[in-house]
Amino acid sequence: MTELTHLTLAEARDGLKAKSFSAVELATAHVAAIAQARALNAYVLETPEKALAMAKASDAKIAAGTAGPLEGIPLGIKDLFCTEGVVSTAGSNILKTFNPPYESTVTKNLWNDGAVMLGKLNMDEFAMGSSNETSAFGPVVSPWRRTGSNVGAAGAGGIEGTHLVPGGSSGGSASAVAAHLCLGATATDTGGSIRQPAAFTGTVGIKPTYGRCSRWGTVAFASSLDQAGPITRTVRDSAIMLRSMAGLDLKDTTSADLAVPDFEAAVSRGVKGLKIGIPKEYRVEGMSPEIEALWSKGAEWLRDAGAEIVEVSLPHTKYALPAYYIVAPAEASSNLARYDGVRYGLRVPGRDIAEMYENTRAEGFGREVKRRIMIGTYVLSAGYYDAYYVRAQKIRTLIKRDFEDVYAKGVHAILTPATPTAAFGIGEKGAADPVEMYLNDIFTVTVNMAGLPGIAVPAGLDPQGLPLGLQLIGRAFDEETLFAAGQVIENAAGRIALPSAWWAKA
Amino acid sequence: MNAPVNSKKLIKGATGDWEIVLGLEIHAQVNSQAKLFSGASTEFGGDPNSHVSLVDAAMPGMLPVINEECVRQAIRTGLGLNAQVNLRSTFDRKNYFYPDLPQGYQISQFKSPIVGEGEVIVDVSDNETITVRIERLHLEQDAGKSIHDLHPTLSFVDLNRSGVALMEIVSKPDMRSSEEAKAFVTKLRTILRYLGTCDGDMEKGNLRADVNVSVRRPGEELGTRCEIKNVNSIRFIGQAIEYEARRQIGILEDGGSIDQETRLFDPGKGETRSMRSKEEAHDYRYFPDPDLLPLEFDQAYVDDLAQHLPELPDAKKTRFIADYALTAYDAGVLVAERSSADFFEDVAKGRDGKTAANWVINELFGRLNKKGEDIAASPMSAAQLGEIVDLIGEGVISGKIAKDLFEIVYNEGGDPRQIVETRGMKQVTDTGAIEAAIDAIIASNPEKVEQAKAKPTLLGWFVGQVMKSTGGKANPQAVNELLKAKLGIE
Repeated sequence: MTELTHLTLAEARDGLKAKSFSAVELATAHVAAIAQARALNAYVLETPEKALAMAKASDAKIAAGTAGPLEGIPLGIKDLFCTEGVVSTAGSNILKTFNPPYESTVTKNLWNDGAVMLGKLNMDEFAMGSSNETSAFGPVVSPWRRTGSNVGAAGAGGIEGTHLVPGGSSGGSASAVAAHLCLGATATDTGGSIRQPAAFTGTVGIKPTYGRCSRWGTVAFASSLDQAGPITRTVRDSAIMLRSMAGLDLKDTTSADLAVPDFEAAVSRGVKGLKIGIPKEYRVEGMSPEIEALWSKGAEWLRDAGAEIVEVSLPHTKYALPAYYIVAPAEASSNLARYDGVRYGLRVPGRDIAEMYENTRAEGFGREVKRRIMIGTYVLSAGYYDAYYVRAQKIRTLIKRDFEDVYAKGVHAILTPATPTAAFGIGEKGAADPVEMYLNDIFTVTVNMAGLPGIAVPAGLDPQGLPLGLQLIGRAFDEETLFAAGQVIENAAGRIALPSAWWAKA
Repeated sequence: MNAPVNSKKLIKGATGDWEIVLGLEIHAQVNSQAKLFSGASTEFGGDPNSHVSLVDAAMPGMLPVINEECVRQAIRTGLGLNAQVNLRSTFDRKNYFYPDLPQGYQISQFKSPIVGEGEVIVDVSDNETITVRIERLHLEQDAGKSIHDLHPTLSFVDLNRSGVALMEIVSKPDMRSSEEAKAFVTKLRTILRYLGTCDGDMEKGNLRADVNVSVRRPGEELGTRCEIKNVNSIRFIGQAIEYEARRQIGILEDGGSIDQETRLFDPGKGETRSMRSKEEAHDYRYFPDPDLLPLEFDQAYVDDLAQHLPELPDAKKTRFIADYALTAYDAGVLVAERSSADFFEDVAKGRDGKTAANWVINELFGRLNKKGEDIAASPMSAAQLGEIVDLIGEGVISGKIAKDLFEIVYNEGGDPRQIVETRGMKQVTDTGAIEAAIDAIIASNPEKVEQAKAKPTLLGWFVGQVMKSTGGKANPQAVNELLKAKLGIE
């Protein structure tokens, strides 16, 4: 049965269609794999009964010939998506017992297409983090180990040694996909939370254009930047999954009134005749030589496949990260005001309402979330608003214009590294200086600030045997070119060696 | 703001005259079935928390979607206030914590409101009209209601109102007395009710006012203002202003200074008291709501709404004066409520406008006002009153009989013409019968006849006697003429 978990989403779909195995068998294999992988802490909630019930229903549909595009495909769901009747926590103590009476649009779209829910995936609290260390449920363990590292399975389903982080905030999603604990996972990306963990775990992650997926029912971090997308093991799988997730939703006025293309059809399109830009400003200080070499290699692969490689300039890139860390916390400070203990979630009593608020939020939120609420409150307050928020918005406009200028010159997509380094060990970064952690987003935040699509594709391994990813940034609502170019890189790089299931409980 | 000082409006202080400067912020609940950003009902009086959607309760991941009807109503109101309608406006978040504010912010329009500057013409009295300029009108969400008296230690929250659409209408500081402010709110309420954009029901809190009060020596710079929050009746607005102005004058005349602050009006005590000082004022951290796109529509949409606007009170008043030869006062009384104006027009159509106005205002309104009722409660239809006016005009009944007839129709209903017929209320125009009555009175009052010949004003006594003996049915004009002839007076 284990080999069922090693299929790609596309292979599993075709196998189900051909009735090579049943949806129940596929779900059962994944449920078993998840049960053996609790040491990774990727799932915060397993829903095996639901998975089997949904799989059974899928088998009936397959038999009846009424199968949907994702019929019987078992998926993991980032715990930022509200799922009806299934506790949805956003990785926070303040929502630890929150059981929503509604289903997010993205997950509803997936279930409507036949997908099967395996459970809820761990994440940085309220999607704030780049290592999955801010989760109220504890950190997620990456299935990847440095060559010769001391990380291994310990007794009682634990881990020994200093393990690597899977990245964040969608760390549970990336880890679960890499470790074959689902065929694909939903994720969200506000500043890089899909692409950075995908790069860290050798998986594919796409943040679609802002507005492509509805935000309704997904716990908000920074509304003008948040966007849902898939993490999968192949480019094709991401294309398949995104098509089901996306679409206009009248409940989200920022969702785009555009037809969702057949993304899978774009995967084999190739890059012949496309112009791919290499932005010189992304050659940042402190970037590892392996990343630099990989970036050049990526450009070569695309050129070999028929693309024209041109150097481009995105002059305001260096302002993106500081501006992002004003805009995102500002919106977050307001979005998280609703967690006040009055109507749902954690309530810690106090002598009066103000003390109840203080006690609830002090206990309910973790350090990183509190830090960002404070930053956001500060940059929006009287006397500072113009100096911070207004200027950050101006920078945002300039960043958008940078991209528009490049695309206006006929460039179809832009190639950059996904992260400045490979995955790091738990506790290695950001303990003393949070900015050290924020620098992880340096190549990804510009894309959110501009509302553009970006895909991270695994492109190789570093000398320590850890995956590295490249990022392709596309024109607005042109995810198809990203899938086409991403597939070229995937073909050239080869599917990188997936870690053995060293974590599995015997 | 620097309009000439009207000395009649000044308040006498111990040390000289003071001028009150007033600006109002009116919160008017938009007439709509659903809330501003959710589909929940706006119905009043439901069980607590029975009209609350997931959006209103600010559940995680919920998003606001603008209710187009509320936008339409705001535009129509802007047009009714002769104001600039902005084809592009934006929504901002006003952030503060309170249990009846589930999101932790109110969605409002801070920077770019849907409606800009306009003006309202206000009749303050019979012969005084002022123009109050409107600064802006914007759309925003109402909050829920905190209930503190149901539990010894806890408060309860009712979110039925949470998210209901409000129009905040902000005036410039153009009013100089409580009378002007009251007249302004009354007029604004009339316009809103004509437009059907707000029912103006102040008892239910559907229209409430924040009153900004400051005082100054005539001709000097504006004084420091205090804002009196949430006053919910026109009478209280007047009382609050009177109290607050005198309080401020008292402080200034004692050599003190006014602290800018927010105050509350206590209707029981008739006084205002401090709610929070400027230092305690919230920092609302306004910023554009990223969940909502800018609100945009085209001029054609506005033009279409403008074309279908009902006739508004100012236009109606002008027309009533022109078409029905009414006094400005009578026309003003009639147009104060659209239903009254419509009732009047039904009565006046094809009849003498002045007579119709007299009967509607003096008799019908008089009657209804006694019971505190409005025209909707009238037991008499416009058709019935119109028929009474017809019967007078045709000379079928006298004015005096008409009043009796009005009483009967008002209390018992029925067809006025039939009542006149069956109850024998017809005016007697048969000179023979009247002559007989006159002869009888002359014969039995020879002394009076002599006196009347010397002093013709005594004619009235004879008229009264004749009317009495004919049961009021004699045509007064015929009585007059016959009496004059018989008594030989000119």
